[in-house]
Amino acid sequence: MSELTPGFADPVLGAQSCFRAILEAMSRPGRLQRVAGIDQPPAPLGVAAAATMLTLADADTPVWTDAGRAAEDWLRFHAGCPLVASPAEAAFLLATGRMPALATLAQGSEEEPHRSATLIVEVRTLAETVGWKLTGPGIETEHRLQVAGLPADFLRQWAANRRGFPRGVDVVLTAGPWLAALPRTTRIEEA
Amino acid sequence: MGILARADGAAIAARLDAAPPLPAATRLRGPETGLVMARGRQGGDGAPFNLGEMTVTRCSVRDAEGRVGHAYVAGRDQRQAELAARLDAALQDPVRRPALLEAVIEPLAAAQAERAAAMAARAAATKVQFFTMQTMR
Repeated sequence: MSELTPGFADPVLGAQSCFRAILEAMSRPGRLQRVAGIDQPPAPLGVAAAATMLTLADADTPVWTDAGRAAEDWLRFHAGCPLVASPAEAAFLLATGRMPALATLAQGSEEEPHRSATLIVEVRTLAETVGWKLTGPGIETEHRLQVAGLPADFLRQWAANRRGFPRGVDVVLTAGPWLAALPRTTRIEEA
Repeated sequence: MGILARADGAAIAARLDAAPPLPAATRLRGPETGLVMARGRQGGDGAPFNLGEMTVTRCSVRDAEGRVGHAYVAGRDQRQAELAARLDAALQDPVRRPALLEAVIEPLAAAQAERAAAMAARAAATKVQFFTMQTMR
């Protein structure tokens, strides 16, 4: 417990502005949003990953994470969320190392597709204007996004994730203070 | 903690003036005020019963040496919650503990015991002896 650091400097405004950033990112897939409000996120989380978890997770959302003891204690204290051992049981997943395969996560059902998991992945870098071509709802023509630090077969997993629509997993990519979202409707093509 | 929870913020601060200074602390959470459901037991099997919500203020702090202190107090006294949390952290330090117990906790406990005794004495004066006839016989 001695490693515990504060959460949002201003809990209400911090969570609201982070929620707005996530909403914006989900509405415009691939656009980068900058998140602030947490001075000392627990290692190895970046500001965006930590803020996203504090904004979205609460006592009703089981969380899975591979981020280690300090981050688990921090999440349990500030978000009050139950931590689960199996990725399939989690509503939110926070991956900092190797991300769990999308097909193993909660997919929701045809009647209740919103009961699927949201995967938050801390990646090395995020950049716009180069890389993947994103198309789909929320993108007028196409949007470019470059991500370093995802598994090599991510695009294959993503294509399989899209085939199950309306079931499927949504992904939030974070790198330091930046975040970008890939909702399940987005098509990704290799550049 | 029970003694700090029953003392108000001003009383704790007044005692702290006479005590060795508390270590600097950063706020981990709060002080913030919210509602908690107070539950009781009811019936022969003691099933939980939601008695009602009460106002509670909580605070968690971490001092410079990494000790974490928590406090939940009834009411909206944020100063009380923060001081109680800082004292909770400081009392974990075996070096500081005896001086703080002597300067803060024991006087507060004595004042509370005195107040409770005064209340009990006032109540005792109005005691009704229902079985007077039995003892008079």
